[in-house]
Amino acid sequence: MLRPSDHIDSEQAAASDDATMGRLGFVGWSRWIWRQLTSMRTALILLLLLAIAAIPGSIVPQRTSDPNGVSQYFADNPDLAPWLDRLQFFDVYASVWFSAIYLLLFISLVGCVLPRSKHHWDALRAAPPVTPHNLSRLPSHLTARMSGQEAETVMSAAHRLLRRERYRVRRYDTADRLTVSAERGYMRETGNLVFHIALVGILIAVGLGGGFSYTGQRVVVEGQAFTNSLLAYDTFNPGRFFRDRDLVPFSITLDKFSTRYEERNVNAVGQPIDYKAEVTTQVRDQAALQQVIKVNAPLDIGGTNVYLLGNGYAPSLTVRDPSGNIVYQETVPFLPQDRNLTSVGVVKLPDGLAKQVGLIGFFYPTVSEGHSGAFFSMYPDLIDPLVTLNVYVGDLGLNDGVARSVYALDTSRMTKLTGTKTDLKSLELRPGQSAALPNDLGTVTFDGVKRFASLDVHHDPTQGWVLAFALAAVAGLLTSLFIPRRRVWVSVRKVRGGVVVEYAGLARGDDPTLSAALARIASAHGSDLGLVRD
Amino acid sequence: MTDTLSQFSVLSLYSAMAIYAIAFILFTFDLARGGGREASAAGASDSIVQATGEGRTATLTRVRVDAPSSKPGRRPLARIAMALAWLGFVFQLTATILRGIAASRVPWANMYEFAMTGTLIIMLVFLLVNLKWDLKFVGAFSTGLVLLLLGLSATRYYVEVVPLPPALQSYWLVIHVFVATLGTGFFALGFALSLAQLLQTRREYRAVEAKPTRLAWMSRLPDSAQLENYAYRLIIIGFIFWTFTLIAGAVWAEKAWGRYWGWDTKEVWTFIIWTIYAGYIHARSTRGWRGTRSAVLAMVGFGSVMFNFTVVNIYFKGLHAYSGLS
Ligand code: HEM
Repeated sequence: MLRPSDHIDSEQAAASDDATMGRLGFVGWSRWIWRQLTSMRTALILLLLLAIAAIPGSIVPQRTSDPNGVSQYFADNPDLAPWLDRLQFFDVYASVWFSAIYLLLFISLVGCVLPRSKHHWDALRAAPPVTPHNLSRLPSHLTARMSGQEAETVMSAAHRLLRRERYRVRRYDTADRLTVSAERGYMRETGNLVFHIALVGILIAVGLGGGFSYTGQRVVVEGQAFTNSLLAYDTFNPGRFFRDRDLVPFSITLDKFSTRYEERNVNAVGQPIDYKAEVTTQVRDQAALQQVIKVNAPLDIGGTNVYLLGNGYAPSLTVRDPSGNIVYQETVPFLPQDRNLTSVGVVKLPDGLAKQVGLIGFFYPTVSEGHSGAFFSMYPDLIDPLVTLNVYVGDLGLNDGVARSVYALDTSRMTKLTGTKTDLKSLELRPGQSAALPNDLGTVTFDGVKRFASLDVHHDPTQGWVLAFALAAVAGLLTSLFIPRRRVWVSVRKVRGGVVVEYAGLARGDDPTLSAALARIASAHGSDLGLVRD
Repeated sequence: MTDTLSQFSVLSLYSAMAIYAIAFILFTFDLARGGGREASAAGASDSIVQATGEGRTATLTRVRVDAPSSKPGRRPLARIAMALAWLGFVFQLTATILRGIAASRVPWANMYEFAMTGTLIIMLVFLLVNLKWDLKFVGAFSTGLVLLLLGLSATRYYVEVVPLPPALQSYWLVIHVFVATLGTGFFALGFALSLAQLLQTRREYRAVEAKPTRLAWMSRLPDSAQLENYAYRLIIIGFIFWTFTLIAGAVWAEKAWGRYWGWDTKEVWTFIIWTIYAGYIHARSTRGWRGTRSAVLAMVGFGSVMFNFTVVNIYFKGLHAYSGLS
């Protein structure tokens, strides 16, 4: 077993490196650096550094998982945030320093594993080593005197026994003694190598996966369909090597979205118990299928997974101009704000009315009024729905070329006409009701409400590989930690009236059962020879 | 029905805590009186004599014996404490099962339940390992830790039985969380043994120097090398479970959130813990790191497990909070 030189089982380095350092040339230096990099100590320290470097990412919000949190952090800590940003604290796991640590670790790993694999490959085909002269010096040792036995009989019994116990055996006889040298547990090292190589495999598969994968999000209202194309997504994150034709052509129609909320358990009234999206799917020109997507039960369609990650209400609103012409008619997804699904949505009316109008709407599925007169939702299901609308007029800011979220209204250049701090109350609408917009701008009608589902589409061609490598790592780990690797020697010497048999064992790596195993071998040897225990 | 059952569960849990408290006191007294194994008749190498019918004999002489022969000895306090620990365990098991029946699901879906099941497993691992090795001296630690965690969670984090939100409705909840608690049980015992190892090393060091020490009560515990071996055996089992937790968590995250790994806070900490223990395993094989340094790593590892379970669960933001919609 070729181990890094500072491995506990390897020979102590004879000369200190420092003595010769002054005279090292380029090759010498390179070799010295390589040896340091592939030493156990370096691996260990890099592992600990990796653990420490991962911590900030759990304390500071990360752009990839929590972009809103990052904006909030900038707002809350205006002095600190830019500094942290410069140090890549909002992108810890893609940062230069985090990447440097794990790349060094994996260079070290490869540098460590390659020579060991070669060495192990040779060891697998080599014979067990020559029997040491003085077996009694070994950590585990037993001696037996057997009267009336032939040396060769005793030896060949030991030889057979060890082979039966799945040791690799080799006889080394000398003039004064017969010996057999045996070794087992090569799988320990094999497992260790499989484990470490599998880690490299995971890293490569994850890295490639990031390049070839894509994720996209799309909000779908009941009755709507969407097709898997770039244009259909609300947001889309392709990997570096993504090409448009990687999008498998399929379409998904949300037929019905149903929810169940706890009704009986007083401690959990209103807690969601089930979300279910009933969909009709179609891949290419194949027949359409009725399928169901649930949380924890994604839909697998054309090698792509579709997840149900969120849901909410989408009120249908119609806006008419003063003469009754429809200028806007849509079902608008409102984003949920709390567990009882008080939701907020935005309507933008750039044309059709006398001025540009923006509406910020609140939707309460089961409305209730608090002490202060503010509305809130007291239950997430549709029992007594209400929409309230704050009306803004002015410039929607749609013409300055900046992409605007459909869920946000930039009110910086608008005047608020209804709601708090204005003279008018917000418009309040129950399903079917209409209300006049202020200043004779027109009317708005709340036609009804549907549900929407937000779907996450994710394609990652390598995740099966990642899992396979992870399982290989576990298998390697189990073998390498629990299969004992040991050497056993048996020597038989003739004495007057019989023989003296010595059994000795040497653990290679951690092996708490060595002594017990040796005792078992000695005792089995006895019974094989017909020596019966009292 | 649900209410009655969960009330019985609480009652049973409080009984378990009372019993653990007594066990804790007895274990502590036992330690103070020099707990640990009874000194065995040292030095005598045991020999096995074999004889055949024809009168030919073979004598096996064991020259060196690795495993210290431990005799149970007479330690009434520790034995009563051990019996109480078993009794407390039975009450806690009842409490946990009742809670599960009351909720009609596995009893590990919120802080209170994690604590209940987690400490149950810590206790179980302690009790089972004691069937194999005499580690009663860890009893004060195990019962103490379990009491502390149960007390905290029963008073601060108690919640009534509520149904599972959709994100938790998965058999991966059963597997992933249970395996994590199993790992935690082994890590806890590994922590205690590593701590004992550090103290023992210190005592041995002072004994060699013939300096006075306040750790004299540890002289009958296994020596530091033996403690380290015990700790290592337990921690690698914990490490396997933890590796499995990591993988099962990733598989579940892929099902529930659409990606197998996203550096969510809980994922980060599971990874950190895994990395620390991987460091520990290396440290044990690295010259200059075996012994005290690796023991410190084992303790930092379990410290992180506890940190993950308490501070990260309660104060850190992340998907695992199940606040509802993303
Ligand atoms: C990604 C980084 C690494 C991780 C997560 C890791 C993890 C592990 C684990 C869990 C073990 C114990 C299981 C087994 O024996 O197979 C182990 C053992 C070992 N690792 Fe690593 N390792 C890493 C990198 C390295 C590197 C860079 C080296 C080379 C210096 C190395 C050398 C070894 C050796 C020699 C053993 C056997 C220790 C023994 O004799 O018990 N590892 N590693």
